Amino acid sequence: MLELLSFGDRGWGDQLLMGAAMTVAVSVSAFLLGLVFGAAGAAAKLGGNLLLAGLAEVYTTVIRGVPELLVIYLLFFGGSGMVMAVARVFGYDGYVEVNAFTIGVVAVGLISGAYSTEVIRGAVQAVPHGQIEAAKACGMGRWLILRRVLVPQTLRFALPGLGNVWQLTLKDTSLISVTALAEIMRMAHVAAGSTREPFLFYATAAVLYLILTSVSTAVFERAERHAMRGVRRA
Amino acid sequence: MNWQLMWDSLPTLLSGLPLTVQLVALAEVLGLGVAMGTALMRLSTSRIADAVARAYVFVFRGTPLLVQIFLIYYGLGQFPVIRESVLWVFLREPYWCAVLALMLNTGAYTSEIIRGAILSVPHGQMEAARACGMSRFLMFRRIVAPIAVRQALPAYGNEVILMVKASSLASTITLLEITGLARRLIAQTYAVFEIFILAGAIYLALNFLITRLIRFAEWRLTPYLRARA
Repeated sequence: MLELLSFGDRGWGDQLLMGAAMTVAVSVSAFLLGLVFGAAGAAAKLGGNLLLAGLAEVYTTVIRGVPELLVIYLLFFGGSGMVMAVARVFGYDGYVEVNAFTIGVVAVGLISGAYSTEVIRGAVQAVPHGQIEAAKACGMGRWLILRRVLVPQTLRFALPGLGNVWQLTLKDTSLISVTALAEIMRMAHVAAGSTREPFLFYATAAVLYLILTSVSTAVFERAERHAMRGVRRA
Repeated sequence: MNWQLMWDSLPTLLSGLPLTVQLVALAEVLGLGVAMGTALMRLSTSRIADAVARAYVFVFRGTPLLVQIFLIYYGLGQFPVIRESVLWVFLREPYWCAVLALMLNTGAYTSEIIRGAILSVPHGQMEAARACGMSRFLMFRRIVAPIAVRQALPAYGNEVILMVKASSLASTITLLEITGLARRLIAQTYAVFEIFILAGAIYLALNFLITRLIRFAEWRLTPYLRARA
């Protein structure tokens, strides 16, 4: 039975590994996109502009209160339509097809971003206000304060929370399999269907996810230790 | 935006609400039992019990729920041993497979919440209870449990909301709860945005209700934090 997992023509090993690579690619892209959304969302919530803060609040409430699967379906079935509507505004009337990878990254990125927003907002607020005042007193400009005082410390405070968001994002990519993107779940589904060995392939998929989550836990632990190297322990 | 269509689809989508609520409620009630047992195993002095509980939590928190659902629904049915056993009465039904997967999933997450809450009970309080001559069970009932419940409630509320969202995955194994019905309506009407916005609004309303209920429970359980009128 295990030869079904071997590499080459007879087994599904290489397909599953390719699936794992695709899962990593989608997760990393979606997580980075989520960081962009998260930084923008946190800036909007903390910026003092009521309209922007309200929009960011709606974004995080809706995305965090609605099932991930629903968001993915919405973009999968409606994504091309949305892009075409925008294209029509700019005078292009043809058919636009958005590929599954892009839809997956945008959908999971939107979800990831909603959680990142809250993590980054909390981290920014955790930077002691006195430090900002001190920086101002030294005559630093807004950008310099951001670059030298706010961002380095925010990153450190946000790291544990972002680790959680990464794990969520990684697991959420399994839902993209409904759009037939060839990631781990999709490959396992296809293999299970054609060999009639569903248990073997879904169990293998589970093991692949466990490896990915364990490795990322270790990486984030190291990153946290690295980020905390300047902090005195009590 | 086709308002008429949205209005017409509302009753259909709402007819999936009882199934969603049922799945979540069953999974939460059963999962709480699993979580309690797992938390006690993690806190027990037995190395084996601790290792078993640790492995369970590691596997179920480290893999996506979709894998768990498929493994139970498609995977278990592959073995003749299971198909011929009494369990098959349950495991051939997608409904019970979904409940089982959601239960085991929430059990793993909730056990960590409960473990953290029990560990947060100040040690001095337990020593005081022991000094008063309370038995282990009485101490758990009167001292540990009330403090732990208050501690766990906010995190548990988040977990319930995650479960409401997770129950949408039951649609992938043919169950027609809100998401399943939404997908079917879209296949019939091609009105992607209208239907999904409506389904999303139902989930949002449900989650809003749950956060309010948890807030209320928190308020009821912490009378000493309220300002005296």
